[in-house]
Parts: sequence; structure tokens; C-alpha cells
Amino acid sequence: MAKECLCQANEIVVFSCSGGSNCGQIANDVAVRLTEEGIGMLFCLAGIGAHVPGMIESARSAKRIVAIDGCSVACAKKTIEHAGLNVTDYIDITKEGIAKNKDFKLSQQDILFIVKRAKQELARER
Amino acid sequence: MKIEILGMGCPKCKKLYENAQAAVKELNVQAEIVKVEDIQKIIDYGLMSTPAIAIDGEIKAAGRIPAPDEIKKWIPVK
Repeated sequence: MAKECLCQANEIVVFSCSGGSNCGQIANDVAVRLTEEGIGMLFCLAGIGAHVPGMIESARSAKRIVAIDGCSVACAKKTIEHAGLNVTDYIDITKEGIAKNKDFKLSQQDILFIVKRAKQELARER
Repeated sequence: MKIEILGMGCPKCKKLYENAQAAVKELNVQAEIVKVEDIQKIIDYGLMSTPAIAIDGEIKAAGRIPAPDEIKKWIPVK
């Protein structure tokens, strides 16, 4: 593996529920896209759920913690808060008008819409 | 006691190493302070950002440079 410094500022970290529905998987795609666009850094929600200290402390140093949940069960938000971290920016995809179902042929239009909503959230001062 | 400073060796990592040295000196405790620059070991700790500090294998901070006074709170004094 290349010797790459990890000392860049993870100012914005992004967690998605990545759950077992279209909305959960849209959340995952959105988090990946935000990372690819350099807006934030996708972090591992499972690591937070497992209370891996390295992951928790890495997230704690971020200025903003974004949680993207597929639905109002809010697993991502609750997992993050259970680890003692505060969510600064939050999106519940079903509240954005996308119905939850088991169709995993994701709509690119829906993904782009939630990416746009995430960017709007992040444009707000905290 | 073993204190690990995890990072690729950039100035931030060096500053954290110095802060750990200062904390140990001020408490007058015996501790081995080691630099860990192996990316695989850093990843094995679950770290997503560095520099980081681990005391006896437990990550205490990551992605920032705690001051000596903060590090002192994590060092058990017998």
C-alpha cells in the first residue's frame, strides 16, 4: 500500500445507514458520492456500532458529522449518538418524499436529489 | 506502559510525539513511547484519521493533537 498521510482534516464525516431497502441503499450511494466529490469522507457506521475506539475518536475530531438515514427508524443517527457523538447534519430520505420499498434498482434521479439535499444541509452554517 | 503515536511521520505526528514526551516527563512515570508509521497497523486500529495516540493499546484521541495536560489525564499514575 502506498505511504499516504492520513493527517488531512476530516472536517466533514458522512455516515449512511446502508440499510436493507431502496432508501438505505440510496443513503449509501449518496455518502459515496459526497466522498467522491470531496465534500465529506465516508466513515464506517458498523465501526461506530461496534464501538471501535479508533473509529469513534476519528469521527469525534470532525467538525461536522453527517448522518443519512433511509427512514425514520433513524438507525444511523441512533448508532452515532449511542457512541457519544453528536450528529450535526441529518437527512431522513423518506421525509424527502422517497417511499421506502424493497426495489434495489435505485433511481439515479432519487440519488442525485438526496445528494443535492445533503449539499444544501452542508451549506448551512453550524 | 506503552504509548503509541500513530501517523505517517508528518509534523502533526511529531508534535503529538513531543506532547506525549512532555506529559510523561511531567508525571515522572516510566513509559515507552513509540512511533507507529506502518499504515496497516494504523488501519488495524480502525483509525480513519491521524495523528492518533494509544495508551496500552487503547486509542485515546485521533485526528487532533492533544496537549500534554490532556495526555496526562490518560496516563495512570501508580
